[in-house]
Amino acid sequence: MTETVTWTCTGCALLCEDIQVSIGDNRIEQVEHACIKGRARILGCNEKAIPTVNGVNAKIDDAIKDAARILMEAKNPLLYGWSNSTNEAQMAGIELARTLGCVIDSTSSFCQGITINEILNGTIPTCTLDEVREKADVMVFWGADPMSSHPRHMSKYSYFPRGELRQRGYEDDRTAISIDVWQSRTAKICKNGFHRIPPGKDIEFMRGLIDALSGRVPKLSFDYDVKRILELAATLKKAEFGVIFAGLGLVYSIKEDIALLSEFMSALNQFCSFSLIPMAGHFNMRGFNHNLHEKTGHIYRVKFDDGGAISGVKYSVIEQIKSGADAVLVVGSDPIASLPVSISRRLKDIPIILIDPCMNLTSQVADVTIPCSTSGIEVGGTAVRMDGKNMDITSLVQGDNMSDEMIIRRIIEEVE
Amino acid sequence: MTSAMEIYQLLPKTNCKECGESTCMAFDVALLSGTKRFTECPPLMNEDKYSDSKQKLEEILKPLEGAEETGLIIHEELCSGCGNCVVACPVNVANDSHGSGRGLGPTNNKVIFRVVDGKVKAANVKECRRFGKDKILCRACIDPCPTEAIEFV
Ligand code: SF4
Ligand code: SF4
Ligand code: SF4
Ligand code: SF4
Repeated sequence: MTETVTWTCTGCALLCEDIQVSIGDNRIEQVEHACIKGRARILGCNEKAIPTVNGVNAKIDDAIKDAARILMEAKNPLLYGWSNSTNEAQMAGIELARTLGCVIDSTSSFCQGITINEILNGTIPTCTLDEVREKADVMVFWGADPMSSHPRHMSKYSYFPRGELRQRGYEDDRTAISIDVWQSRTAKICKNGFHRIPPGKDIEFMRGLIDALSGRVPKLSFDYDVKRILELAATLKKAEFGVIFAGLGLVYSIKEDIALLSEFMSALNQFCSFSLIPMAGHFNMRGFNHNLHEKTGHIYRVKFDDGGAISGVKYSVIEQIKSGADAVLVVGSDPIASLPVSISRRLKDIPIILIDPCMNLTSQVADVTIPCSTSGIEVGGTAVRMDGKNMDITSLVQGDNMSDEMIIRRIIEEVE
Repeated sequence: MTSAMEIYQLLPKTNCKECGESTCMAFDVALLSGTKRFTECPPLMNEDKYSDSKQKLEEILKPLEGAEETGLIIHEELCSGCGNCVVACPVNVANDSHGSGRGLGPTNNKVIFRVVDGKVKAANVKECRRFGKDKILCRACIDPCPTEAIEFV
């Protein structure tokens, strides 16, 4: 018998909650409204992970015991990943770090962490995606290409839908702007609202915009039509409800000077109302920052020590792998594939424990692999959407594996 | 969109008349208007030296054969299921204002576009604003598409 259920998609941090899934016989038959990325999430792994110890097949209980042994024997273990896990699994991970007195960090460490930090500390104003749909009239995609990374972003929230104050939808009521180093899919939709800047010039362009906002003529080291910046500043100033979607392109450029981003937001808010939403990628990247913040006051790069928790660059995943970590627990991530080669090369020499539903590059070198169920498909829980809203995640089918949360709780029992 | 010239270049260009048209050029026009199918050119079908051209023609003309009577073609292989067309099409908005009109997946069957298994599907195409007595040259599904997956022929 086939039944249709409403599902929240964990394909990206947009967490679309209107997906209709038909299920018969514990199998997914059809998916409506999910984009191609969400559909891929539902289809699952190319190849499922299996429990291994030292590269050979093992019983799951032995893999868990061996993982605990490695973590206990290490002087300085690192717990890393977390963006593809529910809040519940992340909380268990934080508890494990506290129990071991070790370092915990997430993929947000070299991603949206810095913007989320500013938001949680109240230095950058933010809003929800629902507010964007109902009210936003000017949206700026800066170094962001949602049409590729979050396919339903523009249709569900930021540009195309009719909202309470935007009854005529995108044609008359909304202005989309893209600031980027290349003409992305999103930039194409923005048409004349696309501003192409040279790579690495985001900071300078932002300074130029701050000048233009306050009526000064911006000076730029690169060739750019000053009139266009002035026009852009005028468009931003007129916004009734503006929102900046900060993509990785912006975050990478501005990470050395995050204060400038707050300054830019303050400059905008002297004239109009502007918020910022970080374009978090993995479905619960932001959740990790919220959960760790709640427990320790820090959003990432934390070391538990003598009952306390300290945070600093030296506790970032990159610095820890460079020097320090002598065992790494990876949960729901593929660092061998995603970290810079110089770092992943080092990582290969450190004992790795991988908890993941799928085989990936990291599982090729992991000392211990523990397969877990896929969050939001085989196990439910809660997660934090890119705008900070808490969302319920439901499971669709029964899987063969334990959840990552269960596995971590078992490891905690072993190490205690 | 493929031009008539591109198609012509793939035909044998011998004007042998076996297809019943007086020239390959005339056959090309017949292909475009849909009165002939490319399989009706015997040399193209039977002679090995045209096998590459035959394969290319197949690729080019297949979507055309799938065109709705209204001329709407969706290139599924390009579609990312983003839903921009779903939310932008005025027929979707009028017939499902609380669903598609507000950015959600369609909540009834009166819409033209909906995304199924990650790809857009069209239905009720006769309601498209490009047809009927008050027709307009609507582009509300074409322009918002990030991948040029929708066209009208
Ligand atoms: S946009 Fe993201 S959350 Fe929404 S359906 Fe696509 S992958 Fe899933
Ligand atoms: S049968 Fe083929 S080669 Fe001959 S005239 Fe027609 S199109 Fe040209
Ligand atoms: S042309 Fe206009 S009315 Fe017709 S399907 Fe496209 S958006 Fe809808
Ligand atoms: S706008 Fe284009 S890519 Fe998006 S769902 Fe429609 S056809 Fe597919």
